[in-house]
Amino acid sequence: MNGGFSLARVFAMLGKEFIQMRRDRLTLGMLIGIPLMQLFLFGFAINMVPRHLATVVSISDPGPFSDSIVAALANSSYFDVVKATNSPQEARRMLADGSASFAVEIPANFSRDLVRGATPELLVEADATDPAAGSYALAAIPNLVSTGLRNDLKGPLASRAFAAPPVNVVVHQLYNPENITQYNIVPGLLGVILTMTMVMATSIALTRERERGTYENLLAMPTRPVEIMIGKITPNIFVGAFQSALILTVAKFVFHVPMIGSFGLLATTAMIYITALLAVGYTISTVAQNQMQAMQMTFFFFLPSIMLSGFIFPFHGMPQWAQWIGEVMPITHFLRIVRGILLKGDGFGEIWPDVWPMILFLFVAGTIAVRRFRRTLD
Amino acid sequence: MSTHQNAIDVRGLTKHFGKKTAVNNIDIAVPEGQVWGFLGPNGSGKTTTIRMLCGLLNADAGEGTCLGYDFRSQSEQIKRETGYMTQRFSFWEDLSIRENLDFVAEVYGLPRRRALVKQTLEKLGLESRQNQLAGELSGGWKQRLALAACTLHSPKLLLLDEPTAGVDPKARRDFWDEIHMLSGQGITVLVSTHYMDEAERCDRIVYISYGDIVARGTVSEIIAQSGLVTFTIAGDDARQLAGRLRGLPGVVFVAFFGAVLHVSGYDRTLLEKALAPYRADPGLTIGETTPSLEDVFIQLQEKTGGANV
Repeated sequence: MNGGFSLARVFAMLGKEFIQMRRDRLTLGMLIGIPLMQLFLFGFAINMVPRHLATVVSISDPGPFSDSIVAALANSSYFDVVKATNSPQEARRMLADGSASFAVEIPANFSRDLVRGATPELLVEADATDPAAGSYALAAIPNLVSTGLRNDLKGPLASRAFAAPPVNVVVHQLYNPENITQYNIVPGLLGVILTMTMVMATSIALTRERERGTYENLLAMPTRPVEIMIGKITPNIFVGAFQSALILTVAKFVFHVPMIGSFGLLATTAMIYITALLAVGYTISTVAQNQMQAMQMTFFFFLPSIMLSGFIFPFHGMPQWAQWIGEVMPITHFLRIVRGILLKGDGFGEIWPDVWPMILFLFVAGTIAVRRFRRTLD
Repeated sequence: MSTHQNAIDVRGLTKHFGKKTAVNNIDIAVPEGQVWGFLGPNGSGKTTTIRMLCGLLNADAGEGTCLGYDFRSQSEQIKRETGYMTQRFSFWEDLSIRENLDFVAEVYGLPRRRALVKQTLEKLGLESRQNQLAGELSGGWKQRLALAACTLHSPKLLLLDEPTAGVDPKARRDFWDEIHMLSGQGITVLVSTHYMDEAERCDRIVYISYGDIVARGTVSEIIAQSGLVTFTIAGDDARQLAGRLRGLPGVVFVAFFGAVLHVSGYDRTLLEKALAPYRADPGLTIGETTPSLEDVFIQLQEKTGGANV
């Protein structure tokens, strides 16, 4: 033995580390699973130029021109015309509840003005809560309309087809007229931060007891699974409430994010969201054997939550399968609710379509958590 | 209910882990108020048996009662009246001594909680250290705290899983005094241990190996049942002798007790024959002794295939 550097000892350490790495199957799986997940999500699901955006068309002047405009929008890959209506109010409501990102309004006397040689207005209202999502589509509208009308502008109207744009496209950016990115990102961060901290906090709830050997003691006492769960989750509800208050305060006073809607409604839905996340964390803690595994599983939940929820990348830019996964995640719904309440002033009626999926998620996650809980050490 | 019923009365207790049978069809009947020792090599199924008795593991087979409750279907009731002390300290190291006791008292819904905790702290002599974190206690104190905590709800049955492992002799002695005191109050105790002196303090001993009970009874019964004959060899050359005697016909095992070599077997004639060549050696003193409990346990362990994995 000598006191100097020993390659043999390095090899001894290496050998031991490789053996231990191989034993921890979950970590190894995560090391392979997480890169693959990221590759697939970024590679396939993320699209910075969203297409197939839900669009409602309100037609106050039906006729061949409006047909052509609707057809031109529908044929472009940017817009999916989900509804044609004759009521501008209905179109506005669809924007408010998020079932459409754009409302195109063909006003009364549109055909008459066009035929007369005037330049009628085509009103486009865009949901600008997420400024990035709609910008490419908006930019494409004037061109689409001109091209679409070209076939109709024949005979005496032919001269209009190639001249200056026959229609004046007026764009209204609703809810966030100045396209301020912070208005979108800061409320979104509320959802993201809660997802990260809440799931992480409860994911080690039982895992830590198990690691320290106190789990056996807990089971030997007359505590019931549901009592243990409520006891573990409740303190974190307070933590989550405090975090929400902190983030909203900073959002209001530092970033000047508008808060149009009801604070009570926001607080209530935030509670549902927080509890749903805690149920996920608790389920993880019934599975994870040690705290490291709990952290990894938390990350595995966190990653699709931020990527597929519409937080960073436009939700409607993703392919259908990615949107479906996104719809399962509570954060997707919570983001819509927060942005809806803060920026649009949504009320209960508008946000309900995003509230019940969170409640359903909470119920399912809670049931799994309680059922996964073993009363014995088997 | 009769007054002389068994606190533990189970038959055919069986548990498999995968293909391995941890506990194989064992029967245990412990009369109320007795202290029973549970012995056997590591991995023989002691912990598994104890865990099944208090409902922490589901038995694959078996029937019977603990404290008059069906041990398979009424584990909630059993838990309320049983104190279970785990092998590893399993109270919360990041709670203070007092907070641990408080928590236990509250979970069991004990009346007059404050007074009870105060009284327990006084009895433990931990009053002045009640705000110290449990994790800062030494091994002996942790074990005393654990015993106090798992008897706080005045259980009728105590299941102790190697409670004195790693504890100094003085603390072990105090611990056993406490157990005898509890037993005197009518509490039934099943305690697993590796220490012979502790085994000798028990009313009855059950020896388990590879999940099977291979011996049971009082200390003298177990020694008598073994049919063992033991010779002693003392002297300076005894150390060299061990290797030579091992494997000779009739020699079942050879073990040192201090400086004295114990040579044990079942057949006195064969043993005499094996020892004959050394009788003349002036440096050796050969005698005969009653086999000790340890001799019997070593023999049981050798007979059943040694330590389990």
